[in-house]
Amino acid sequence: MIDVDPSLVGWSRAQFAFTAMYHWIFVPLTLGLSFLCAFFETIYLKTGDEEWKKITRFWMTLFGINFAIGVATGIILEFEFGTNWSNYSWMVGDIFGAPLAIEGMFAFFLEASFFAVMFFGWDRVSKGFHCFSTWMVAIGSNLSAVWILVANGWMQNPVGMVFNPDTARFEMQNFMEVVFNPVAVSKFTHTSTSGFAFASAFVLAISCWYLLKNKHVEMAKKSIVVASVFGLLASVFVGFTGDEAAFEVAQKQPVKLAAMEGLYKGERGAGLVAFGIINDTKIPGDIQDPFLFQVKIPGLLSLLANRDFGSFVPGIDDLVYGNENENIMGVNAMMERGKLAVSDLKIFKDAKKIKDDVTAEAALVRFNVNKEFLGYGYLETPEEAVPPVNIVFNSFHLMVMMGSILPVIFGAFLLFSFKGVLTEKRWLLPAGLASVLMAFLAEQAGWVTAEVGRQPWAIQGLMPVKIATTNLTVTAVQVTFAMFAVLFAILLIAEISIMLKAIATGPEGH
Amino acid sequence: MISNLDYVTLQQLWWIICSLVGAIFLFLTFVQGGQTLLWQVAKNDLESSLVVNSLGRKWELPFTTLVLFGGALFASFPKFYSTSFGGAYWVWILILFTFIIQAVSYEYRKKPGNVWGAKTYEAFMFINGSVGVLLIGAAVGTFYTGSAFSLNVMNNVSWQYVLGDVNLRGLEAAFSLFNLSLGLFLVFNSRVLGALYLLNNIDLSSFEEFESRLRKAVKTNFICSLPFLLYVVVAILLRKGFGVDEHGVVSMVSFKYFFNLLAMPHLLLLLLAGIGLVVWGVQLGAVKGSNKGIWPAGLGTVCVGLCVLCLPAFNGTAFYPSSFDLQSSLTIYNASSTEYTLRVMTYVALFVPVLVSYIAYLWKQMDSKKLSTEEALDHEAY
Ligand code: HDD
Ligand code: HEM
Ligand code: HEM
Repeated sequence: MIDVDPSLVGWSRAQFAFTAMYHWIFVPLTLGLSFLCAFFETIYLKTGDEEWKKITRFWMTLFGINFAIGVATGIILEFEFGTNWSNYSWMVGDIFGAPLAIEGMFAFFLEASFFAVMFFGWDRVSKGFHCFSTWMVAIGSNLSAVWILVANGWMQNPVGMVFNPDTARFEMQNFMEVVFNPVAVSKFTHTSTSGFAFASAFVLAISCWYLLKNKHVEMAKKSIVVASVFGLLASVFVGFTGDEAAFEVAQKQPVKLAAMEGLYKGERGAGLVAFGIINDTKIPGDIQDPFLFQVKIPGLLSLLANRDFGSFVPGIDDLVYGNENENIMGVNAMMERGKLAVSDLKIFKDAKKIKDDVTAEAALVRFNVNKEFLGYGYLETPEEAVPPVNIVFNSFHLMVMMGSILPVIFGAFLLFSFKGVLTEKRWLLPAGLASVLMAFLAEQAGWVTAEVGRQPWAIQGLMPVKIATTNLTVTAVQVTFAMFAVLFAILLIAEISIMLKAIATGPEGH
Repeated sequence: MISNLDYVTLQQLWWIICSLVGAIFLFLTFVQGGQTLLWQVAKNDLESSLVVNSLGRKWELPFTTLVLFGGALFASFPKFYSTSFGGAYWVWILILFTFIIQAVSYEYRKKPGNVWGAKTYEAFMFINGSVGVLLIGAAVGTFYTGSAFSLNVMNNVSWQYVLGDVNLRGLEAAFSLFNLSLGLFLVFNSRVLGALYLLNNIDLSSFEEFESRLRKAVKTNFICSLPFLLYVVVAILLRKGFGVDEHGVVSMVSFKYFFNLLAMPHLLLLLLAGIGLVVWGVQLGAVKGSNKGIWPAGLGTVCVGLCVLCLPAFNGTAFYPSSFDLQSSLTIYNASSTEYTLRVMTYVALFVPVLVSYIAYLWKQMDSKKLSTEEALDHEAY
């Protein structure tokens, strides 16, 4: 039933990962810079000080350069669901397509229409309306995050739907459940605030560069104040929402959590790995130590996962092979029931075709008993249910490490700005420069954690990626991958060069 | 009210909504058409700047409408989305590429340090306006000509068209005279609209020659579009169509679309009114020296587009037919999402009037004054 070429799946995944990560270079900047522009402009509106207008227009120019390429890369992803994951699109289009359509209607148009006012309306509309437009762009971009994350949250935690055996599709049953999916809510709060932190670091870094060069000092200092307030609030919030995200993962995707922490043997009062080097040869079920080296904070993982220091956190071995003491059903047992569901579904369909209602009815009854394990029926080995631990662990820890440093940097800048001694603390400026790199790494690492940690599932527990692809030749996907790579290189070179030029020119002439 | 609509009505409603979004997209391709006119009507840097900046204030509209069109089809006709996007892979990928390169072009064309030079970005715009629109036309053409695919029990698509041993995955759509004609008609029509829009949007008071070039472009492109339009209309009336009987069995029916027009006279009316409006718009722009031609011509394009998209979907017709395996053909009834999803989406669609009105309001706010030379040369301009 599943005779998909594994290298086709691999290339399709690689292409999606590549294009999504590329989109995610620009999107978080849009999410945060749009608000920062709105802040700057509001200050201008309130004070009437032309300096603030100059500042607003400068950051808006950078915003515009970034926005264009963000839009260009977004349309790719939407098409890719159809072109490369057509099976997925067909099976879940009812649920997954809806947020995408709503996103277009509510968010993209808001963003796109007010964008023109924001850039070309300075002399065409009133000051107040212009400022309003800037706010609408910010709200519009963040609304697009809401809807796309509703879609993504559903892949991580499918709710509000039923499986329809007649059509072999997942169908929406409760729209509100899909929208208010706790995973979607935590995803939105975490990702949008992470975007705010990233954009604040971007403003901070460029301003620090000006201070280091003794250029545009006034603008830089003013920008730093706004960026470090916003950045500090955002990065603290990112920590809290990240904790919430981890809690959701623990409840809904325990294998992902175990991979994030490299936890093979579950335990009570499990510790959080502060730093560790993964043992690459470790496989589930063997007796090797998962780590070559590690530093643990006792009890913290149990707290994070279950909000209880003493609670049991299952490890990969418990989840794959089962653990009777803790009442955990292993993947092997789920696979058995999943295979029954797959075969009963087939009997049901075949019987329906020859109008043998009795057989169909009986098969359906049996199917319903096992249907929640359907996805597991497509796995070949229990170990297949484990995502690549190495990648997931490292990316998660990279993100958390960066996440712990960022608030400190923002806090320091805020403190010294208020004391008015920022220009004397030149040793701090390189840290401001570095903050943008750290935030960027955390952004990419965060998505790698979330999406690689979801493997092998396209939809958690229901549909493995290998049955989600379009039936294409590997060559076709390789060619498009290469086309994207070349085009992205061309565009990225241009974008970086334009961005650097605009930064070098500075706000003069505004 | 919405809670009273039955499943069939919802399915039909959603086809009409998707068609309307598609038809509005065709109107908004005035941006694409304008892009292809750039090198032809603008003879110096100043004129180029005027054209690019005038279009640049609108380029997001067709782009976003295309995104919405995709999203709406995904949500309401997922089987179509997966069959067509996954099946006719190369056509969609190429269309996609032409839009990726468009999206950066305005912002980057004149910016210092843009590496590849203004001409490259202008070429990107040209490709988007020509190849992009042509391929979209060809893709729509397959609603009439069919594509070579089959669906298995799990509704996975297999594309069957091979040349030698290469599976063309949709590119073969461009081999059909009908699809090509529809595509070329859309290209020329978008150029007509583009010229009309530029006449309307730019302050041409001190650019007599430029203005007359634009007016000439309206005329010549309209004339160029006529043979293709004529061919498409005649071919639609004469060709066999993919009829569906009450048991859902698909078969070839002679003069299917002709009979559809007779059975749905409002579509006929829409077609005729649409063509009439376009002619009126062209006359305003090319002959009467007015700059309001974009409005009737735009509305006319919406009417024609709506007719072209609805004609192959209603009255027992398969809108995404398979010429390889007739019974794999998609109808709006077998390709739609569930009743529940369609109903939810219908509630959401109540928001559309709000959307349209704020877009119209902003358009009016921003365009009450014609685009001036100073603005086009502003250092922040495109
Ligand atoms: C500036 C960026 C940034 C920073 C500093 C952090 N994160 Fe994060 N994180 C993201 C940016 C991000 C993200 C890119 O926005 C992700 C990817 C998917 C998602 O929902 O948000 C993410 C995902 C993500 C996930 C996975 C969610 C899932 O798999 O569904 C967890 C558990 C955390 N984060 C937890 C944290 C913790 C405990 C942090 C400590 C302070 C932290 N994040 C800092
Ligand atoms: C923009 C931020 C995102 C990034 C950086 C990202 C990253 C990735 C990565 C790295 C993969 C490959 C995982 C693997 O194959 O091992 C992937 C796959 C995928 N992601 Fe995301 N993702 C993002 C957002 C989303 C969102 C919002 C959705 C859904 C709405 C989504 C849907 C998918 C799908 C369908 C796949 C392919 C199937 C799969 O491999 O699971 N992604 N993404
Ligand atoms: C993988 C799934 C995703 C798809 C299919 C997708 C789709 C798109 C599309 C089609 C656009 C262009 C919109 C336009 O026409 O103006 C876009 C831009 C945008 N997307 Fe995504 N997107 C994805 C992931 C994300 C995520 C995860 C976020 C935020 C959390 C996001 C936020 C945005 C924003 C803010 C824009 C505005 C333009 C910019 O990036 O600068 N997208 N996206």
